[in-house]
Amino acid sequence: MSEVEQVFSLDGEDLPFQAGDTVLQAATRVGRYIPHLCWHPDFAPHGSCRICTVKVNGRMAAACTVQAAPGLDVESRTDELNALRKTLLQMLFVEGNHFCPSCEKSGNCLLQATAYEVGMEGPHFEEFYPDRPVDASHPDLLLDFNRCILCELCVRASRDVDGKNVFAIGGHGIGTRLLVNSPSGRLADTAMALGDRAAGVCPVGVILPKRRGFAVPIGERRFDGAPVSGQVEGTP
Amino acid sequence: MPMAQGDAGVSASALEALLQRHGRDPHALLQLLRELQAEHGWLPRATLAQVAAALGLTPAQVEGVAGFYRFLHTQPVGRYRILFSDNITDRMLGSEALMADLCRRLGVAPGRVSDDGRVSVARTSCTGLCDQGPALLINHHAVVTRLDAARVAQLAGLVRGGVPVAQWPAEWFEVQDQVRRADVLLAEPPAPGAALSAALARGIPGMLSEMKLSNLRGRGGAGFATGLKWSLCRQAQGSEHVVVCNADEGEPGTFKDRVLLTRHADAVLEGMTIAAWLIGARRGFVYLRGEYRYLLERLEAVLQRRRDAGLLGTAILGRAGFDFDVRIHVGAGAYVCGEESSLIESLEGRRGTPRIRPPFPVQSGYLGQPTIVNNVETFCAAVHIALQGGAWWASIGTPKSAGTKIHSVSGDCERPGLYEYPFGTRIGRILEDCGARDTQAVQVGGPSGLCLSAFEFGRRIAFEDVPTAGAFMVFDRSRDMFEVARCFAHFFAHESCGFCTPCRVGTALVVKRMDKLAAGHGSRHDIDVLFELDKLMHGATHCGLGATACNPLRDTIAKFRPAYERHLKSLYFEPGFDLDAELSIARHLTGRDDPGAHLERLS
Repeated sequence: MSEVEQVFSLDGEDLPFQAGDTVLQAATRVGRYIPHLCWHPDFAPHGSCRICTVKVNGRMAAACTVQAAPGLDVESRTDELNALRKTLLQMLFVEGNHFCPSCEKSGNCLLQATAYEVGMEGPHFEEFYPDRPVDASHPDLLLDFNRCILCELCVRASRDVDGKNVFAIGGHGIGTRLLVNSPSGRLADTAMALGDRAAGVCPVGVILPKRRGFAVPIGERRFDGAPVSGQVEGTP
Repeated sequence: MPMAQGDAGVSASALEALLQRHGRDPHALLQLLRELQAEHGWLPRATLAQVAAALGLTPAQVEGVAGFYRFLHTQPVGRYRILFSDNITDRMLGSEALMADLCRRLGVAPGRVSDDGRVSVARTSCTGLCDQGPALLINHHAVVTRLDAARVAQLAGLVRGGVPVAQWPAEWFEVQDQVRRADVLLAEPPAPGAALSAALARGIPGMLSEMKLSNLRGRGGAGFATGLKWSLCRQAQGSEHVVVCNADEGEPGTFKDRVLLTRHADAVLEGMTIAAWLIGARRGFVYLRGEYRYLLERLEAVLQRRRDAGLLGTAILGRAGFDFDVRIHVGAGAYVCGEESSLIESLEGRRGTPRIRPPFPVQSGYLGQPTIVNNVETFCAAVHIALQGGAWWASIGTPKSAGTKIHSVSGDCERPGLYEYPFGTRIGRILEDCGARDTQAVQVGGPSGLCLSAFEFGRRIAFEDVPTAGAFMVFDRSRDMFEVARCFAHFFAHESCGFCTPCRVGTALVVKRMDKLAAGHGSRHDIDVLFELDKLMHGATHCGLGATACNPLRDTIAKFRPAYERHLKSLYFEPGFDLDAELSIARHLTGRDDPGAHLERLS
């Protein structure tokens, strides 16, 4: 006995989904790419970066938070939405200090890869150049807040997987920032360890292992071989 | 040390007393921090850690909450903490010059603490006293209205002399209701308990059907059908149901809820009690904005009076099983908490970040339980519907917008204050009644509402034409509508919660462009970029704050474009990078300031 397959439309093509799927989960399951930064398949949706903004029955919504439903008409790969994503990415770039050529994450960075994907060629807006000192206190890990995009994946991973609550969010508005949970506010005084899930989940170059620079040369890194849109593996 | 208090934290006994009062409930975190700060002046890191340990939270979680609310301070502030209300209406009444004068008299720079730690002076978002401004807020508690040069001079003397605020002239703290036109809601209120008895007599299905029949829509701005919301919540499964009154009246230019809470608190609480009975709630909250802290004792007294009269508490009106009580939760300066899911997060003691919706609060609200969140005015309306029936309410106003609406009128008019009209009233009628002359524009519904120009004054207040949450700010022809929009742009950037990219960065980018135009460095390209940002933020933000943040910008560019173009320096392209300003260091080093040391001026 086979269940009736539930489908919605993504850019004009039928896309099957399972009960409880969001639009982004369903798309990823079958290897379809919708640009995203703060979403990760292992964590609950967050909805903060808005890069996965799609049009659902003509209304804009974040694909990571919209529940899939039969008959939804979802547009993602349109000029309008790609232009919007490009602007959002430019906002993230000017908000922080992102100097790709000197960043150890270059080539493995989801922010950089997504910017290439949508054809971002420059910052467009004036840079904010915020003052965000790095935290090099931990013996094995470096925190470079200059690159933080506030996706909260480290907050979620440390809380939900590692059970350590090493990170939290502080401030408000343009002053919103990542906090380290220790009396001194420094990473060295937390229980954070190199093998933690939170240490490996950062999509950009904030949380980096020390003493492991450029082990894989530029040109051979994850997004050097194929664009991010070509790397959605899907799950059968 | 700028403060008399050190940063070693509060005494263990003081903290213990507060913790006991709040039952060591981590959901009371915001209330606890507010009360700690009221005693201690600010919140040192050591205090936050103590609170975290006592509540079973992490220090960073507590720091994150303290850093979210504008009225909580994790750095020392003055023993006199003076905040000037910074709505455009305050500015139009001269608040900026008054603040500069006070700062000069006290020898303190805006946003800083004086060297002796005595005083700090800064700006805050609209404090809801636009009809009697310019206004300021002292130590997040007392308000001074109707500021003028004489008051500022005297105030500076009192601060310098260290005179406690309680000994300042009583008339400074006078807050007037200024009800100019009363209809149903602002008229003489019904006797406490009368509407509740009427509702009980109608029975639950009967009263719910009256609510639906009334076509009452929420008065907080979104306009959701109240009867439907209450029915959905009643049907939703949960271990308890919760009633929340949204008194976080943060929309600049809105002050009707302040007056309703002052004059008609019984009606507000009675509306909540009726709602509690209909949805089966035992617990209710009034989320009172921090700016209205001075109303707290009065409201607590009304609550106690109602308990004593059997209108709150157990077995209300003698009916076994009808138990309901209300607690007042005081906010701490965060406009976004007017959004219902942020408000619930804040009630739970967290950062006021909007939740992902659905689920909506009627299904999963306070502590995950079915919750209704309604505006102060909505609960007042429910009282009258209980008394006079849904058909009567529906007969007032227009077919799509039933009943009356209270408008908070301020700005360029002779008689600012509250005006209540049936829906369908012309904008021009309100302008005539309030004595507005030579009016250039009206901002209806606050910065997130609509800016109307003279050719639109024939339009009507209604959900189907000009919807409003209650603000009505009038601008005559002497006003620069670009400056109005710039003031609102700063407001939204200041109040963005920082959660989503388009609002966090977009509101800051809008401010940069507007300030650049104001400084005379703008080009037509900047206006195009503003259009682009408006379009982006309308669709891509996580909540309504970001979505509406560019409304004043869009309206004023479309309707008052010359106001923007006056700020363009010339028809030459003016780059964002000011080369001449960059040469100022070289001029300083060489001691030159002659024309030859400047680049050629374009204009």
